[in-house]
Amino acid sequence: MAYLFNTPDDIQSMLETIGADSIETFFEQVPRHLQLDQPLDLPPGLSEPELEAHLRQLAAVNHGTSSRVCLMGAGVYDHFIPAAVDEIASRGEFYTAYTPYQAEASQGSLQAFFEFQTLICQLTGMDVSNASLYEGGTALSEAVFMAMRITGRHNRVLVLGSLHPEYQQVLETYLRNFDCQLDVIATPDGVADVDIVSQALDSETCCLVIQQPNVFGAIENLESLCQAAHEVGALAITSFDPISLGLLKSPAACGTDIAVAEGQSLGIPAQYGGPYLGILTCRQKHVRQMPGRLIGQTVDRNGRRCFVLNLQAREQHIRREKATSNICTNQGLLAVRATIYLALLGRQGLLDVAQLCCQKAHYAADRLGELPGLELMFQQPFFKEFTLKCQGDATEWIDRAAAAGFDLGPDLARFPRLRESLGDDADQTLLVAVTEQRTREEIDRLVQSFASVSTHSDTPQSLGKPA
Amino acid sequence: MDSSTLRYARSHEWLQLDGTTATIGITDFAVAALTDLVYVELPELGRSLAAGEIFGEVESVKAVSDLYAPVAGEVIEINTGLPDDLDALGEDPFGRGWLIKLAVTDASAADALFDEAAYRDHCQSAGH
Repeated sequence: MAYLFNTPDDIQSMLETIGADSIETFFEQVPRHLQLDQPLDLPPGLSEPELEAHLRQLAAVNHGTSSRVCLMGAGVYDHFIPAAVDEIASRGEFYTAYTPYQAEASQGSLQAFFEFQTLICQLTGMDVSNASLYEGGTALSEAVFMAMRITGRHNRVLVLGSLHPEYQQVLETYLRNFDCQLDVIATPDGVADVDIVSQALDSETCCLVIQQPNVFGAIENLESLCQAAHEVGALAITSFDPISLGLLKSPAACGTDIAVAEGQSLGIPAQYGGPYLGILTCRQKHVRQMPGRLIGQTVDRNGRRCFVLNLQAREQHIRREKATSNICTNQGLLAVRATIYLALLGRQGLLDVAQLCCQKAHYAADRLGELPGLELMFQQPFFKEFTLKCQGDATEWIDRAAAAGFDLGPDLARFPRLRESLGDDADQTLLVAVTEQRTREEIDRLVQSFASVSTHSDTPQSLGKPA
Repeated sequence: MDSSTLRYARSHEWLQLDGTTATIGITDFAVAALTDLVYVELPELGRSLAAGEIFGEVESVKAVSDLYAPVAGEVIEINTGLPDDLDALGEDPFGRGWLIKLAVTDASAADALFDEAAYRDHCQSAGH
């Protein structure tokens, strides 16, 4: 894509075209009291070497996953990213954030998104995937809106207490100005009790929102939960972990109507708040209620294969307030990364990654659970992540591990929405996620660092914070 | 069907009354304005509709339009073959392209709708 200059000459010529003789005259239309009548309060400019040194200094304060051992969970994970992902995704042709507005002019991008949709459908077993949304939380909220439109039920959403609390928070924000009740079913056992969920579902409920594996890492009885939703005519929405599908039964096979995900695990580095990748898939019969961009394959007038945007008539630039969503773009660059990642791994590769995660996570859980002062919070099957209950304050254990070079967590006390499920244990619980990147040696060292503490004292509360 | 015997809604639906049963479709004018049709969604049997209520939608390559009930009533029949045969709607909107039949709540409500001449004026004056 061409770089667009903004030289003084360009500015002058634009000003002349619109009949303003200076930037100041141009801004006169802004009321006087709203104009800043002094220069911006910024430090003086830096030379290039000074700037580079300054940025290097700032960057050195960060601790990335390459310099430390990351066992952090709750939605973002330290999976391996093959070098080819960066190499291909950083090609100039792909290096743009969105579908261009003249979408069909970018056949290469559209083809990549079409491949993305195909791979995501193969992964989930669902009929249709869109070309991606911003991230997991908004994808989930869009799925709930879809369910409202499909069922015609706009007044009640049922959510499991084992849903990621930040996804729930995003959903609450989306629903704030609607006359819609959001009910949460607490999950004190770490997974939902299907009978309790069944009792809570009624003919007003538009959907049941499930996360698989859930925020505690535990595996829900997805099939029964979907069935319970269907019994009252509600849709089942599942937020899944893409990597887990190397081992777990697919959302489609379990009866999910709309499956969504945070796609960060698919070749996207862990970074402050994103950018990440929203995945949204559904059944064919619901495709017309699906938000976002949908790429289709067709032939041009010469019979050659080409790619187009489908169902555009439902997007906001045409259908205004009745559009399926006010998001009508996709997370293009990151969808390309996920496409490359999945294509590189293939079916067997994904299965291998999932198996490694699962085996290593179970090894870590066994070893950590044996330590005095630590135990597994829930006796439930899990995939790559589990909840530890600590003697004393969980944050002290996290700090202790951090001092030894291991990042665990987060502690679950930081999520007020989880208190209903965790009760008084909330302050004592933390998440541990183990990806294929972790080695037995790393896990043993972590256990060792805790064990050496335990032998010195039986009361972790008395431990000082690491310097 | 003879378009001169029909009643018309401002939103481009037509209605033919037979006793208390109303057959409802969209007009040739609406079909022409939409261009190539790709999808139509019709209501469930037995659904009860208020006058002016949205009962479905029709989608073309250019736009999606809601379908409005010209009068109140209960859906007693649906042109079930239509979603798979949109040409019927494109080619014969007053005949094979009918959408639904309603058991109307109040047959006299149809009197408030346009007759053909008034509807054609409406199409012209609306600047279509």
